[in-house]
Order: sequence, then structure tokens, then C-alpha cells
Amino acid sequence: MAEIETFYDVMRRQGITRRSFMKYCSLTAAALGLGPAFVPKIAHAMETKPRTPVIWVHGLECTCCSESFIRSAHPLAKDVVLSMISLDYDDTLMAAAGHQAEAALQDTIEKYKGNYILAVEGNPPLNEDGMFCIVGGKPFVEQLRHAAEHAKAIISWGACASYGCVQAAKPNPTQATPVHKVITDKPIIKVPGCPPIAEVMTGVITYMLTFDRLPELDRQGRPAMFYGQRIHDKCYRRPHFDAGQFVEAWDDENARKGYCLYKMGCKGPTTYNACSTVRWNEGTSFPIQSGHGCIGCSEDGFWDQGSFYDRVTDLTQFGVEANADKVGLVAAGVVGAGVAAHAAVSALKAAQRKTQSRKEEA
Amino acid sequence: MAIQTPNGFNLDNSGQRIVVDPVTRIEGHMRCEVNVDEDGFIRNAVSTGTMWRGLEVILKGRDPRDAWAFTERICGVCTGTHALTSVRAVEDALGIEIPDNANSIRNIMQLNLQIHDHVVHFYHLHALDWVNPINALKADPKATSELQQAVSPSHPLSSPGYFRDVQNRLKKFVESGQLGLFKNGYWDNPAYLLPPEADLMATTHYLEALDLQKEIVKVHTIFGGKNPHPNWLVGGVPCPINVHSTGAVGAINIERLNMVSSIIDLCNEFNRNVYLPDVKAIGGFYKNWLYGGGLSSKACLAYGDIPEHPNDFTADQLHLPRGAIIDGNLNEVHDVDPRDPEQIQEFVDHSWYEYGEPGKGLHPWDGETNPKYELGPNAKGTRTNIEELDEGAKYSWIKAPRWKGHAMEVGPLARYIVGYAKGHEDIKDQVDGLLRDMNLPLDAVFSTLGRTAARALESEYCGRLQKHFFDKLVTNIKNGDESTANVAKWDPSTWPKEAVGVGMTEAPRGALGHWIKVKDGRIENYQCVVPTTWNGSPRDTAGNIGAFEASLMDTKMERPEEPVEILRTLHSFDPCLACSTHVMSPDGHELAHVKVR
Repeated sequence: MAEIETFYDVMRRQGITRRSFMKYCSLTAAALGLGPAFVPKIAHAMETKPRTPVIWVHGLECTCCSESFIRSAHPLAKDVVLSMISLDYDDTLMAAAGHQAEAALQDTIEKYKGNYILAVEGNPPLNEDGMFCIVGGKPFVEQLRHAAEHAKAIISWGACASYGCVQAAKPNPTQATPVHKVITDKPIIKVPGCPPIAEVMTGVITYMLTFDRLPELDRQGRPAMFYGQRIHDKCYRRPHFDAGQFVEAWDDENARKGYCLYKMGCKGPTTYNACSTVRWNEGTSFPIQSGHGCIGCSEDGFWDQGSFYDRVTDLTQFGVEANADKVGLVAAGVVGAGVAAHAAVSALKAAQRKTQSRKEEA
Repeated sequence: MAIQTPNGFNLDNSGQRIVVDPVTRIEGHMRCEVNVDEDGFIRNAVSTGTMWRGLEVILKGRDPRDAWAFTERICGVCTGTHALTSVRAVEDALGIEIPDNANSIRNIMQLNLQIHDHVVHFYHLHALDWVNPINALKADPKATSELQQAVSPSHPLSSPGYFRDVQNRLKKFVESGQLGLFKNGYWDNPAYLLPPEADLMATTHYLEALDLQKEIVKVHTIFGGKNPHPNWLVGGVPCPINVHSTGAVGAINIERLNMVSSIIDLCNEFNRNVYLPDVKAIGGFYKNWLYGGGLSSKACLAYGDIPEHPNDFTADQLHLPRGAIIDGNLNEVHDVDPRDPEQIQEFVDHSWYEYGEPGKGLHPWDGETNPKYELGPNAKGTRTNIEELDEGAKYSWIKAPRWKGHAMEVGPLARYIVGYAKGHEDIKDQVDGLLRDMNLPLDAVFSTLGRTAARALESEYCGRLQKHFFDKLVTNIKNGDESTANVAKWDPSTWPKEAVGVGMTEAPRGALGHWIKVKDGRIENYQCVVPTTWNGSPRDTAGNIGAFEASLMDTKMERPEEPVEILRTLHSFDPCLACSTHVMSPDGHELAHVKVR
């Protein structure tokens, strides 16, 4: 951490005295509603703490994670970038290119060894000696390994970095490989989704800055605070599921009433994400609310689980609380039977109201 | 060595070779190499797509109703446009007609994307090629306020105090010594011409646009549930409409429509008060920098988009124009047929693929692709550490698509040139108005600045169209039609055993086409030819250079080691490399031949 200019250094360089600096700290403490006891703490932080440097690299991806990140409403993306972190390398947004961009990367690695966060969007392909994704004339996987070596922690943004996503769907022609299978000696926080929700992305970063620790992770390496519950558990259409009220065809009468989309293939019952609670784009809506089922984009291998319009059959018994860790322990056969039984009940209820137009799978 | 290309460019690779890799502030991965002569002029240009994902291979054997979700992930920047192209291709193959409301909603979403994409491109990917945020620290906030009020009297955020606050924040940021995204920028390069006040105004709008763009996309969230990557549906749109009855809160209702309406107003205000005035103001300072025309004055291609009526893609029913211009002849606009095997063909002589028959061009329906990564004999470095490429051999993961053998430019400028040549009234009014305001001749549009200005004009036009289709949607609902999806052919048992289709759109970056073959209810073949494949194409068999390469030719670099001018012109195309470089089959097998319906 040598030669890092702190906030205090900058103020001193601007000709501000130690005395004025301490006054600034006490005003800051007052503004934050903190007592005088906090003044030395703030001063200490200002004297020692630069904005956390972040290196954001891109492998095989579609840039939806970056696009999602800039959608963040709280905090605003501009506040994250101007006041919370120092985004020292991000080829999607940075001013410099070519040699100057590579120099910015190298400079940050050397200057902040062990103290920067590496954010990875996309993943490295391993076929063709890695040359299906080239950065600076070399395989992306080399840049990834190089930047990972001295990182404090790694954030795997989105389904690509976490699980492989669409380019890793069968037959995975480039051998696109998730980050944790290439980097095995660093703490990795997976923030899956295609893309992840904007406020979940900035939430993970600000959690780390605010509490100065990594978020608690589930067994798959996802922050438990955002990925601990199924979309189904918190879905506002859940009462319709429990009541056996389902959309039977697109744009039918039940669709217009906002009934449950389970029969249209909704993957909410098997998807762990915050869509039904945090929702998307400043809480405006989420897929189920807009009328299309969840496609399960934050789950490992969601591209290869059959059609998005096939009904899920590996659902835990409804009404039973479960989290990602517990679900892994539940036998698939028992689970399937639970769903089938429920579907039969709902079919009966529906038949009492009107003629069934679709044959139930059971 | 000096040579002339068939499309009229003199290439000379004897001067100093400059390599830019990565090209930043684009979507995906790209490399550019140029040769610069003693006076600093670019005399040879080489553009390389440096990534490949293979999505069409992955699509084979899947449910055609799922294809929109896969292809949507081709690009998260132009999110939704591939999905729209895909559902159109599937509907074309299966003979599915969508309801009127679905057409209006799809158009609103596609237009919304155009606006969002253009705004983010201009402010967050392109602006730093023209605007120097460090220089903004020297600005007088009062003079900046006067400048703002002069260029855009209706914009409410224009007080000296407002600009002073932004400047103070910027100052604090710069003085922290952690320059973040501005680190290693080219801030003392003489290519930057704006006075500090214009730099402060534009940097302020960089931040305003960052706040605004997250509002624009909420239209996608309402109709498609999220952005990026909203949800789509073969046969219509997934969002039901219910404005009168019980349960309306679970559908598109009056509250949702009101929100869409207010966002449309917001888009229009920003276009009128900020985006267009900024382009004019900044453009005014760079009026004499008229490099970068490239292919735009020679060959432009547009497929057209935004059908007024559902299921009617005839050229005169599209709000964004369709047509092809070749040999710089604006007096003749050719019709474009994506089904004609002689019109759109792809070549791979300089791409990292090989065909069974070398030198041949193949229509997408007959596409074959075997990756063949190899460097030419004159390349420098090694297979996994490229120092210089050999453009005489294979040098890119992008294929070279050609229209009747011509390298074409696509995108907002191509659309506007085609529209202007066809006498499209709205487009003609906008272009003539801008040229009059800036006191420039028509020839000025064939330039880097022309490309950037066309995007701003298009954003404004798309904003008006968005309002048009919103009104149309509301009128149709008022007339009693709430239908949003046609499910008659949802079940695969209703499909023909075999079918082929094509879907076309105008993505923000240009003409986009998907070609599909369906057999036994599954995708047998899927091909995409995307805008950046056209613009970023390498040389073809005949030696024609692509639009990126052509646009860099004969540009003067102030400091060859600092690629400001290269970035400026490449960015004016808004390159999207994840889009361009995903095509084909890696297993070496020829993809199926398909007959046109």
C-alpha cells in the first residue's frame, strides 16, 4: 500500500492545515449525527483509506451486467463510481484504450497489491488456447489470472462468471468456463443472474465497503442476503398458486387477472433470487409481474433445463420453507410427487369452474 | 506496399504501425491496427473482432419458442433487439400473425431501446472522445450557465450554482488522485478542442444522462419485466392488458400506461433539451474535423423497421427506411431481399474460419463455418501473444458480409442516408434543419460527426414514434381490443414438419437479420448477420475493406501514440463485438442448406 495518496494527503497537498482537517472531521461527524468520539475515527479513515480500487475485466459476455450496474437507483451508479470505489480499469467505460488502458491495469495491480477488488463480467473460453477471447493480443484467461493474483477478493458478476451462462450451454463450443474453476485460491462472491438486479450488484459492493467484510455466502458462493430465498416464496402471485388459480394460455382471462404462471413454465419455484422482493429497475416490476414466467436465469445451467415453457417438476412441497442448501438434500422423486399432487388438485378446482382446455401433466 | 482496393481506397502499410488493443468504450472485444505516414495520416487500417461465442451452434435442436432468450443474450447493450428479430423469424417460419396491440408494444420497446442506446452511447461511450472532463475544472460556472441557456433555453438545470456544484464534485474527485475511469486518458492531447465551459456542460450531462438512462428503460420493465433482457413471446407479447376489470393490477392497466406515457415524455424532453443541443454545440467546435466518412458516401444498407401495421413488412409501411445505396448514387435506392441467395453473402478469406470452397460467398441459409485460428506469415509475435497481425491472411473472428458483393455501412447514418435518398419526409426535415442550423453542406454528413449527429436525430425521431405507438395502443384499447397474443399456433403439434423464416430489424447499430430453419418442432439451423459484422468486417476475397477500416483512412493523428482520433471514429459506429462474432458451427460440418419459402 505504499505511495497511495489518501484523502488527508490530498487535503494537505491543497494547503489545508492539520487543524482545518480536524475541524472538517468534526463537522463531518456532526453532519452524520455522530458524537465527538467518532471524530478521531473519521480522521483515521480519511488519513488512511483511499477509495477501494476496483478492476473490472470482461471475458466472453454480452455486457448486460455492466448495463444493469448503471441502472442502480440506490445508490446511483454515478455515486458509486465517483465517491465509493475507484473504478481504475473497466474496458467498457474507461477513457484510455490500448497501451494506456493496459498501463492503468498494471499500475493499479502494483500500487494496490492485495487491496483491490477484482470484478469479473463474462468468463474465459479455454478452447483454441484461450484465443476465442483476446485482450491485448493475449488470451483473456491470462489477464484474468494476472489480475486475480493480487486481488483481495473476486466478484463474479452474473451467470457468465458464476456458472458459464449462454456460451457454456450445450455443447459449449468454446469451453467457456466459470471463474471459480480457473481461479481457485481467492474468495469469490458469485452474484448470478442474467443479468443480476442492479441494486443487488451495488448492494454487494456497498455491503463490503460499509461493513468491511465479505457477505455471508451460501454453499454455492452466493450472498445469502439476496439469494437465500426462492422467487416463489416471496411472489405476490403465490396466493393464486396456493388457491389453484393458474394462467392456462397466454393472454387468457386468468392472465388478465394476474393468476399464477406456474403452468406456463415459470421457474420461480426453483429459482433463488431477489426479483420478487427487490424487483427490477427501481422496483418497477419483475418478470412475473409483467406476465411472463421466470426463466430461472440466476440458476446454474438454466439454459439446459428444457424449454422455458416446460413446467418445473422438481419443486419442494408447497408451503414448506426451504433455502438453497436444504433443497439440495431433498430427494427429487418426493419433490416431483408433491408437485404432481398439487397440479391434480388445481386441475380439479379448475374443472369445477370450466372445461379444461389443456390436459394436465401428472 | 501500396495497393488500391476495389472499393476505392489506397492502402499503404509502409509507415509506422500503431496497435490499439483493447479498443475500449465499446461492447465486447476489439483490436485495431493502423499504419501512419510521416505526417501522421492513417494510410492503412486493420480492424479485428477478438471474441467468439458460438451461439447458433448452441441453438441447434432447441425449442424455437425459446430462441429469443438465447439470442437476446448475444448483446446486453442493444438488449431486446435480437429477441424481437428472433420472434419475427419464428413467426415468419410458422406463419403466426400477431395482434395489433402486440405490434404497438413491440414497437414502443424497440424505439425505447433506440433512444436508450443512443443516449448511453453518446454520453458514456463516445463523449470522452470529444469532451475533456479535466479541462472542465478550469471553467467559469457562470459562463457555463450562460452557454447552457444559449444552447438550450428550455433545460431547467442551468444555474451557475448547479454547474459550480458539479465542478466542485469533479474537483474533489480529481484531487483525490484516484482518477478511476479517467485514468490515463489523453487529456493534454491537442485533438481536444472544447473550451472549459463546454467541457463542464458536457461532463455535467454525462452525469445527468447516467441518471436518466435508468428511467428510460422502465418501459421495458413494464412490458417485459426487467431490463437488461426483458421477456418476449412468440405470437405477441407476454404482458396481458386489463384496464377495466377485477385483477387489472396484475396486468397492463391505467397506472402502468401512465408510467409509460410519462417516460415517453421524459425521453422527448431530454432529446430536445439536452442531447440534440449538445451534439450541435459540441459539433460546432469540431466543425472542421470532417474525417471518418469511409463507406458512408459509397455504400449504405438498411433493412427497415417499425411496421405501422402488424405483420406487414412492406417497405412503404416501415417508419425506419429500407434500401441499399451503392457506388455513391443517392438517386437510386435498391430494394433489399433477405431471402435472395445472391444478395447477402458472407466471405471468410480473412476471417478465422474456412469454407469447403475457398473464396466463395455464402448466403446465411447456406452458411457453413469451421473456425480456423491461424496468423499469417507476416504477423509478429506468437499464436497466443499477437504483436502485429497480418491482414494479408486471416485476422478476425468477424466474417465479411457483402450485399451483391459490396462492403456496406449500416447504422443510424446509413438509415438516414437511405431515408434522405428516398425522400422520407421526417428524416429529410431533420437533416436539412440540422445542416441549416450548423451552416454545413450535405456532404458534411459523410463523416464521423455525421454518424454521431444521425444518431441524435434518430433518437429524437424515435421519441416521436414512441408517442405515436403509445397513442395507437391506447386508442385500440379504447376501441375494445385488449388482445396481446395469438396462441393458435403455440402448440408445436400445430406446426408444419419443416419451415424456414427470416426476421429483420434495425438494431441501434444497424441492419440485423436472423435466419431460422425449423424441423420436427426443433431448430435445425439458426444464423444471425448483425450490424457490427457488416461494419467491422475484415477484407473480403476481392480485397474490399469494411466500414470501420474505410472510415479510418486518411485521418490525421495529432499524436500517433495516443489513439484519440481512432477511438473517435470507431466509436461513431458504436461497435458491438459480442454481436458480431458469434456466428457459425465449430464442428466443421456444413450447416444445412435451406430452401427459401
